[in-house]
Amino acid sequence: MRERLRFLLGDELVEIDRCDPTLTVLDWLRLEKRMTGSKEGCAEGDCGACTVVVGRLDRGRLRYEAVNACIRFLPTLDGCQLLTVEHLKGDDGSLHPVQQAMVECHGSQCGFCTPGFVMSLFALRLNEAEPSISRIEDALAGNLCRCTGYEPIIAAGRRMDEIAPRETDRFLREREVIAARLAALNDAATLALEDEGGRFYAPATVEALAELVAAHPQTTLVAGATDVGLWVTKAMKRLDPVIYLGRIEALRAITDEGDHLRFGAMAGHIDVRAALATLSPQLDELMRRFGGEQVRNAGTIGGNIANGSPIGDLPPALIALDSTLVLAQRGRAGVERRTISLESFFLDYRKQDRRPAEFVEAVLVPKLAPDMLFHASKVSKRFDEDISAVCGAFRLTRHADGPISEARLAYGGMAGIPKRAAAAEAALIGRPWDEDAVEAAIAALARDFTPLSDMRASADYRLKIAGNLLRRFLIETTQPQTETRVAGLLAEAAHG
Amino acid sequence: MADARRKLDIVAETGPVGSARIHDSAPKHVAGEAFYIDDIAAPEGLLHAYLGLSGIAHGQLTSLDLDAVRAAPGVVSVLTAADIPGANDISSTHRHDEPVFATDRILFHGQPLFAVVAETREQARHAAVLAKAEYAEETPLLDIAAARAAGGRLVTDPLKLERGDVATAMAASPRRLKGAMTIGGQEHFYLESQIALAIPGEDEDMTLLVSTQHPSEVQHMVAAVLGVGSHAVTVEVRRMGGGFGGKETQANLFACVAAIAARKLKRPVKLRPDRDDDMAITGKRHDFVCDYEIGFDDEGRIHALDAVYAARCGWNADLSGPVTDRALFHMDNCYFYPAVRARSEPLFTNTCSNTAFRGFGGPQGMVGAERFIEEVAYATGLDPLEVRRRNLYGGGGRDVTPYHQTVEDNIAADVIAELERRCDYQARKADIREANRASPIVKRGIALTPVKFGISFTATWFNQAGALVHVYTDGTVALNHGGTEMGQGLYIKVAQVVAQAFGIGLDQVKITATTTGKVPNTSATAASSGSDLNGMAALDACETIKKRLREFAAKHWQVEAEDIAFLPGRVKIGAREIAFKDLIAAAYMARVQLSATGFYATPKIHWDRKAGRGHPFYYFAYGAAAAEVAIDTLTGEYRVERVDILHDCGQSLNPAIDKGQIEGGFVQGMGWLTTEELVWDKKGRLWTHAPSTYKIPVASDRPRVFNVHLLENAPNREPTIHRSKAVGEPPLMLAISVLHALSDAVASVGDHRICPRLDAPATPERVLDAVERVRAEAAR
Repeated sequence: MRERLRFLLGDELVEIDRCDPTLTVLDWLRLEKRMTGSKEGCAEGDCGACTVVVGRLDRGRLRYEAVNACIRFLPTLDGCQLLTVEHLKGDDGSLHPVQQAMVECHGSQCGFCTPGFVMSLFALRLNEAEPSISRIEDALAGNLCRCTGYEPIIAAGRRMDEIAPRETDRFLREREVIAARLAALNDAATLALEDEGGRFYAPATVEALAELVAAHPQTTLVAGATDVGLWVTKAMKRLDPVIYLGRIEALRAITDEGDHLRFGAMAGHIDVRAALATLSPQLDELMRRFGGEQVRNAGTIGGNIANGSPIGDLPPALIALDSTLVLAQRGRAGVERRTISLESFFLDYRKQDRRPAEFVEAVLVPKLAPDMLFHASKVSKRFDEDISAVCGAFRLTRHADGPISEARLAYGGMAGIPKRAAAAEAALIGRPWDEDAVEAAIAALARDFTPLSDMRASADYRLKIAGNLLRRFLIETTQPQTETRVAGLLAEAAHG
Repeated sequence: MADARRKLDIVAETGPVGSARIHDSAPKHVAGEAFYIDDIAAPEGLLHAYLGLSGIAHGQLTSLDLDAVRAAPGVVSVLTAADIPGANDISSTHRHDEPVFATDRILFHGQPLFAVVAETREQARHAAVLAKAEYAEETPLLDIAAARAAGGRLVTDPLKLERGDVATAMAASPRRLKGAMTIGGQEHFYLESQIALAIPGEDEDMTLLVSTQHPSEVQHMVAAVLGVGSHAVTVEVRRMGGGFGGKETQANLFACVAAIAARKLKRPVKLRPDRDDDMAITGKRHDFVCDYEIGFDDEGRIHALDAVYAARCGWNADLSGPVTDRALFHMDNCYFYPAVRARSEPLFTNTCSNTAFRGFGGPQGMVGAERFIEEVAYATGLDPLEVRRRNLYGGGGRDVTPYHQTVEDNIAADVIAELERRCDYQARKADIREANRASPIVKRGIALTPVKFGISFTATWFNQAGALVHVYTDGTVALNHGGTEMGQGLYIKVAQVVAQAFGIGLDQVKITATTTGKVPNTSATAASSGSDLNGMAALDACETIKKRLREFAAKHWQVEAEDIAFLPGRVKIGAREIAFKDLIAAAYMARVQLSATGFYATPKIHWDRKAGRGHPFYYFAYGAAAAEVAIDTLTGEYRVERVDILHDCGQSLNPAIDKGQIEGGFVQGMGWLTTEELVWDKKGRLWTHAPSTYKIPVASDRPRVFNVHLLENAPNREPTIHRSKAVGEPPLMLAISVLHALSDAVASVGDHRICPRLDAPATPERVLDAVERVRAEAAR
């Protein structure tokens, strides 16, 4: 056990012995450090005004990620480097190229969102050379601006590397030094903190995690905190104790196991996307639209599943792909595991098949066989950074273009849990993949689902879309020359 | 390149006015060094207040048990209406319909009942939810239909505009049609939520830092709730993190509660609501239902128009009167109606009190006008742009508005023609029709819509402004005026005017925070009027000082006053040229007053609301936009593929700032008409109370291709500040082109024979509904 939180704020070592487990990084910066450059716009990870950059070691390499400071708990920074807008100016007071580009392009008006945009662009610059407009849009999907209409900010994203080449950036030049300092902070001991606000544990191994969860079955397990953060900032819940999974490197691994991919529960959405993209471009597109960049940087595949949201974007796709879930807990002889199908994990609204001392350890996602067709679509009010009204993911198996032998149609947003459309699936079996099959399946959907009307969509619209996504699936698989998408990667691929 | 250089040369010769200067705070914005109120170092002994809100939308408050709130950790005090030393009233139009804290009647979900003051904001926030309120609940009126069904109680006097004999003209029209349009509201979503910091002083003094567009009104409201004179209250604001109208009256509540607490506890108090509470409490853009009857002919000419504009105003009047008035003032957009009648219906509802929002009712009126045009186009089979052209204001008696003001500066036809040519509208339209035939799922649409927006507060007395200019003995200048900075670049524009007036560099002009202590009795920074009013007032102050300097120099150097000129970087005095600072040093020694106030009142305007007649607008700002979109007919999803804009800023004071207003206003307007949907549940709770559920545009929503140009060689025909035109609001309405491009795409599924009647906001769901409706009607 180590009872001291350690991280770098810029290049200054911060050591804290007593800390509220759910103190947000933003409150710590603004209230305790009086560093007020990072702003609170929404306190729920949707506007990006609080964006900071966190450097962490990823398999020995320093990796920089833009994250929302408003829903990130301070103790989860253990072993990381925190960079804020205050760190960007040079020692001589000169603006960083990202800042200079924003000024030159008239990228700020009221200026309140600006530090967040600067930090998102800064993270992009550290990670990628000459990003395309589409990539800049991705990187800024989690930053709201109400004044500029974004055009000048995109221009600044194009301009920043012209002002000073990326390679000359002092943050990239200092990378090795920082990596070495972080390596020295990353030990195998469990971090344990406590104050009147509660207890915080961050184990470094799966074994230590299993012990802790067994000892504290009522604990809140925290992965990316992109939802749990809101329990604190919006629902004003006190969480005690908190067990943070982010220090366990083994849980972040993604491995190719031949016929399937194995995702550690803490695999982040950016890495998950890259791996799933190898299965289907449809998954690449689905994951591109997952939250904003800050949420994609913080969020994890295990968190998205274990959270049990009826509208999580990953479960429908993973259920359609017939994924299985590995649940682990402390047993008599070390860590014991059980494996269940992912769809059986979701029992009812916000209720999952997870025992008190269990945690999600991994997800196994089968690859697509050559005789399978696959589709994933998300429909939301706004294209980027929105929650699905309906998310549909479909996998069909046919033998040599013959009749459908297996159908897995999974939907989010249609029920209290991510759920398969059993009647529609049955309607497809044995039929050739054609319009008649689709119409039969659509007719059956009304038996599968009684969706709700809410602020995102009406029940009618949801049911209509659930069916129309099957029509889209058919057209995309049988008439590839027909344009079916108005935006996103698949639209860009279709017409340049 | 040569052009760019020539332009730079001109700048060097003529000074900063008209040049594309960066926003004065930009280098601070990007470094996180620009202070917003929550960033300012807290005064010693600071406490934090938080509001306790009602849990029902309508009913009687039967008991309010605050014991648990008082007992919560860190709590110092709990305030209710009984703690207000002055009036429990912050109604901005003095109708006494807006208490600070409810005492018995609950009129909307989220109405403040009390405030708790604690050592930390977190403690105050946690304590505020511990109150136990009991209610006798009544059925809330939540929307226009419910309000009408319950008798249509109004929050303020309605307006009627009438010109000509509508009944006769309607009856005589070759063709007639009736319809209705629903137009959604809009949350401001300023990135900096409401905030106020009150610091008590000696005597009855209270100093407040408030994120407000209207410091003078906050001053008056605080004085009234504290029961002191306005002279005891000083309100200051250096900048807001966005306003958009949402901080015109809506800051009053937060400022007053902070002040009441600070007065009672004799300690500084800050109040900053959480985003979700801000969205639940504060008013938004009014949603409207516009019922219309149009008389027209086969050539697409409108003969008569009769329309009623019902608005969901919420639980009190606030600015709903002037907002609904302005909707009527823009029910013509650029079009002449030979006979017209328009009536407003500002309805009481049990929802947050809707308020000012960029455009101030104008956008809703204008959206209606474009629907009328569209109806006529589909009814006659004519191209909508052609119908627009045929109904434009023009000569021959076709230039009088429904409020009897003659349009004297009409350039709409020229702006439309120029944009049509520049964006190759007709050829692209033909190409789109062709391409749609070959594309069964994705359909494209295109539309070009104009904007004519009236500039001036329709409350004529608000069209005044003051400024204060100090020249210090080293020749540097401190500038202060009544306008507030919310990102729109007002401060830099007025500084450009001042630097130009004295012939000095912008770096010699210090822009100082707006404060009621320096310039009193100011109007809200609203109605796009900021630079028109404050630029003129500041120039007036400069001219006063320059007049004194001229008189001094003429005497001192023995030259004629007319031989003295303030040139860029120097002052010409007869044959000699000296530095401005040297002139100032000499003038000081000769005991010349180097400080002056300035004042401006807009000429020419008058308005008789009862008669519905007058000349409420000093001038009009024009613009036009052409939008091209693609829609997915399976899901209703869409994407704005290209937008071309030509906008009239007169002779721009700062083309970079103005372009920013145009682009930003357009995208904000696009959000209003597309993805921004306000939804209340059956209990009257705002369901879309956070950015997770309320969707303003993000970066990828902006038009794929976005060509924005300022109209060239178009000085304001009125003598405004350097012949510029106001730009804050008009560009928002350019986004109506997007709604009509979506409509055009929808119409393609019915071979452009059926009017899609696409309401706003055109969410993917509404677009899909329209697609299915048009398909069904076309198949009939």
